[in-house]
Amino acid sequence: MIHFVLLVSRQGKVRLTKWYSPYTQKERSKVIRELSGVILNRGPKLCNFVEWRGYKVVYKRYASLYFCMCIDQEDNELEVLEIIHHYVEILDRYFGSVCELDLIFNFHKAYYILDELLIAGELQESSKKTVARIISAQDQLVEAAKEEAGSISNIIAQATK
Amino acid sequence: MTGMRGLSVFISDIRNCQNKEAERLRVDKELGNVRTCFKNEKVLTPYKKKKYVWKMLYIHMLGYDVDFGHMEAVSLISAPKYPEKQVGYIVTSCLLNENHDFLRLAINTVRNDIIGRNETFQCLALTLVGNIGGRDFAESLAPDVQKLLISSSCRPLVRKKAALCLLRLFRKNPDAINVDGWADRMAQLLDERDLGVLTSSTSLLVALVSNNHEAYSSCLPKCVKILERLARNQDVPQEYTYYGIPSPWLQVKAMRALQYFPTIEDPSTRKALFEVLQRILMGTDVVKNVNKNNASHAVLFEALSLVMHLDAEKEMMSQCVALLGKFISVREPNIRYLGLENMTRMLMVTDVQDIIKKHQSQIITSLKDPDISIRRRALDLLYGMCDVSNAKDIVEELLQYLSTAEFSMREELSLKAAILAEKFAPDLSWYVDVILQLIDKAGDFVSDDIWFRVVQFVTNNEDLQPYAASKAREYLDKIAIHETMVKVSAYILGEYGHLLARRPGCSASELFSILHEKLPTVSTTTIPILLSTYAKLLMHTQPPDPELQKQIWAIFKKYESCIDVEIQQRAVEYFELSKKGAAFMDVLAEMPKFPERQSSLIKKAEDVEDTADQSAIKLRAQQQPSNALVLADPQPVNGAPPPLKVPSVSGSTGPESVARSLSQPNGTLSNIDPQNPSPDLLSDLLGPLAIEGPPGAVSSEQHGPIGAGGAPDEVDGSAIVPVEEQTNTVELVGNIAERFHALCLKDSGVLYEDPYIQIGIKAEWRGHHGRLVLFLGNKNTSPLTSVQALILPPAHLKLELSPVPDTIPPRAQVQSPLEVMNIRPSRDVAVLDFSYKFGTNVVSAKLRIPAVLNKFLQPLQLTSEEFFPQWRSLTGPPLKLQEVIRGVRPLVLPEMANLFNSFHVTICPGLDPNPNNLVASTTFYSESTGAMLCLARIETDPADRTQLRMTVGSGDPTLTLELKEFIKEQLIAIPVGSRALVPAAGPGPGQAPPAVQPPSPVIAADDPGAMLAGLL
Repeated sequence: MIHFVLLVSRQGKVRLTKWYSPYTQKERSKVIRELSGVILNRGPKLCNFVEWRGYKVVYKRYASLYFCMCIDQEDNELEVLEIIHHYVEILDRYFGSVCELDLIFNFHKAYYILDELLIAGELQESSKKTVARIISAQDQLVEAAKEEAGSISNIIAQATK
Repeated sequence: MTGMRGLSVFISDIRNCQNKEAERLRVDKELGNVRTCFKNEKVLTPYKKKKYVWKMLYIHMLGYDVDFGHMEAVSLISAPKYPEKQVGYIVTSCLLNENHDFLRLAINTVRNDIIGRNETFQCLALTLVGNIGGRDFAESLAPDVQKLLISSSCRPLVRKKAALCLLRLFRKNPDAINVDGWADRMAQLLDERDLGVLTSSTSLLVALVSNNHEAYSSCLPKCVKILERLARNQDVPQEYTYYGIPSPWLQVKAMRALQYFPTIEDPSTRKALFEVLQRILMGTDVVKNVNKNNASHAVLFEALSLVMHLDAEKEMMSQCVALLGKFISVREPNIRYLGLENMTRMLMVTDVQDIIKKHQSQIITSLKDPDISIRRRALDLLYGMCDVSNAKDIVEELLQYLSTAEFSMREELSLKAAILAEKFAPDLSWYVDVILQLIDKAGDFVSDDIWFRVVQFVTNNEDLQPYAASKAREYLDKIAIHETMVKVSAYILGEYGHLLARRPGCSASELFSILHEKLPTVSTTTIPILLSTYAKLLMHTQPPDPELQKQIWAIFKKYESCIDVEIQQRAVEYFELSKKGAAFMDVLAEMPKFPERQSSLIKKAEDVEDTADQSAIKLRAQQQPSNALVLADPQPVNGAPPPLKVPSVSGSTGPESVARSLSQPNGTLSNIDPQNPSPDLLSDLLGPLAIEGPPGAVSSEQHGPIGAGGAPDEVDGSAIVPVEEQTNTVELVGNIAERFHALCLKDSGVLYEDPYIQIGIKAEWRGHHGRLVLFLGNKNTSPLTSVQALILPPAHLKLELSPVPDTIPPRAQVQSPLEVMNIRPSRDVAVLDFSYKFGTNVVSAKLRIPAVLNKFLQPLQLTSEEFFPQWRSLTGPPLKLQEVIRGVRPLVLPEMANLFNSFHVTICPGLDPNPNNLVASTTFYSESTGAMLCLARIETDPADRTQLRMTVGSGDPTLTLELKEFIKEQLIAIPVGSRALVPAAGPGPGQAPPAVQPPSPVIAADDPGAMLAGLL
């Protein structure tokens, strides 16, 4: 199973974390610190797997962002590597040629999409089309609720950032 | 896209921060802002709440502690509208983990969403539970989730989430799914046409069969069907192909599930499966597109594992080996990595080792790869494939690599090199070379027992002695040498330096001066060895060299008053002895041969196969007619009393060697206290085997892998447990009661240990919840069977022990989590009824579990403004109880304060105007009381420390009573074991005389896992 997903920029800034195994806040920070140290320092032409504390971390770099997933030692590494790519393709389709800034300002979207892809650290849906359909349905629901809420509360909300 | 301007502005601000400090300030400001808004509930619109919890998540993601607002995130879950609910669910599942108390508050809302009619709400709820649901969720939600999964009216959208949600619940509590009813349903689910649901269901199946494959045997043919549908018929909708490959993920999962079934009996199913596998093995080509390549190889590697598992026909197996051979020589690093990894697995398959050996040079190339991941795999593979025929090449490669290897790999590398060198040495001088090189290149990673072992071989093999001595002398010429090298060369030159006397630079005085140069650089454990060497050198100079004698005597004189007892004693006694002439010669004569023992290193490596390695060392051992009385084999597997007869004593050896030969085969029964070798020091020095390894040698007895094989020591003799006594009762290592008391005050350590098993414990406490993990480690080379562990819970605790496997494999460690929930205050103790079979012996023990009252206390220090109003509000019985306690173990106040602090009752200094009184506070957690403040006051009488007056108060009468009694117990009878753990503030009158006190169990590390790892 995937124990956690970590998106971290080349500068070591965390862009998304998702934990499927119970880690405390302290452990989370430690894991992030340790792993970014290991992964960001790896050269470009090496394999996409890092052995780490009895686990394996499968990672792949897309432009300035590293996508990492931590799995059990006996799990299938390439399968997970392609889950990462699958996720990236879905993000790309959703944002239209996704870049790091999209993920920074719309990190919540990245979470929504991830939740349609993985549950319990396992792959939930392997069709990009299906995921895209579900996400756009969710967006519509939110939009509809917003319109319903009427203009007054909107104005208040805008005024109080 | 939903615009949230406030959030975007905040993110921009953070991005614009010049440095970490500015970022922190901005975050703190925002947190303050959010906190204020959360307090003012009236103006908190759902929109704002939503925005704030997103900000919290963002701040959390940046790595800052967000210790408030969890409640607000959770409360959004019960919002009626989708946008808020969605945010509530997603932020909760990111901020919290399954152990958070707040999550429990949400169970009902979540359940309502799951059983409700709103599909989108169902999805949100299932996702949350699937991602962070814990045991509580498993118990209350599993049936509802199962219903959704098999419901014909639910859309795939919901059902695929239900499948993975159920998987999570099953992982948290395997009893959540009732096998009898579920197996058929599971098989039906595998007929599903929707690939999303099918993928999720197959993941669920993998978890289920890994736990119990028999119950799900009807799923086996279905998995084969899925594979046929995908890999053969390519029968999937376009959107489920990935770079032209029919859902590679589903193929991998189906093959993974099949690997949990031991065999495939049905011939037609087997045939169909092999057809598919053959197609995958043969039909996977390397293509340009990296994603397509990865996906097809993901399937291919899974197929390889399945073929290995099924023990296919030879032809198919050699196909696999050929494929792997190809993979380990490709440039593409991922494929090479996986090729090496799978080839290591392949070593388990019979009859292919020789083919694998053909790739040796290729694998050695990978050992020099720039990628550490690949080097690790290559190292593992080389280690696995090493035997007598290729040991020389492989070990030399490892040594060469050692000089350039990064720090993180050196330890493993040197251990592996040492094991291989010993296990497969073609000749002994080569072995000595290897180990000396190892010490030279990576001395820090060469444990004592490795150099003890070299000394042992050299002592036992005369023809090796001049060679070893000259090698040792060579290394001394190096400018900076590792301390271990000083030890081993000093020892060898002391014994055999005289064999080199005619060579240039090797006279006794020259050896002395080159060794003595090293003395200022070494630690106190090495100095005794050097002193022994000096004495030996002195003894070997014939005719006596007055100049050398003068120098050495001066050194002995100098150390006569050394603060280190061992050094001092050696100096004094050598000095006296060296004046005695003949007696001196006698005492310092060459060391007798060591009894052959199996090396602990090898034992570690050998537990699996005991094939006849024709290593030179083994051969020698077998041929030697020396006084090796017992060739210690690993303990017999059949569990009958070891068929070890009292060996007949051959003439020349004294009683000592008999005693030594009787010494336990594995060194595991040893009861010596490594900290306390002093009682034996005298006999040590006066005995004929005066010159020994450093005192450290004794302690190595107990520190696991550095096992008994190392330096011989008479102290050894005192630790012998007669072999005959092992039959029925087990000799406990350490005192159970002491171990329990120690664990009452700390959270990890050993709970129980006997020669066969060690049970370690590690606990985490949070509020009224505790999570303990039992580490059951089999210390032997044969399995422990019929392992049973049963918890006998007292009424106030809810305990759940995950099932313990029936068998613990040799030298393996299993972990078994134990969940604890404190329902109400009580001093009763839970008991673990534990038993196992070793061979035919049944061993059982009832062990108290250290989930005691003080574990549910959390330290809390109050100021006088906080303390006194509370104290006054508790007016008297039953909430506030007072008692005069007599017969208290006398403690001075700082000691008593330490004692209180050690069980989490925090002393609040300065609150009580009377300096003879102590005031303390703590928080107690249980389900019935919640978090409850407890206060205590101790009034002591400086004139009579055996009595005191204690007042305890809390908001709950039972708690007050139980806490008062608990503290009383601690004050009256402080258990022996705990004494060492209370950080004592100076020797109080209460301290028992140290000599009488049995030494508390010495624990090498705090982590039981690590401790066991050390043992195995």
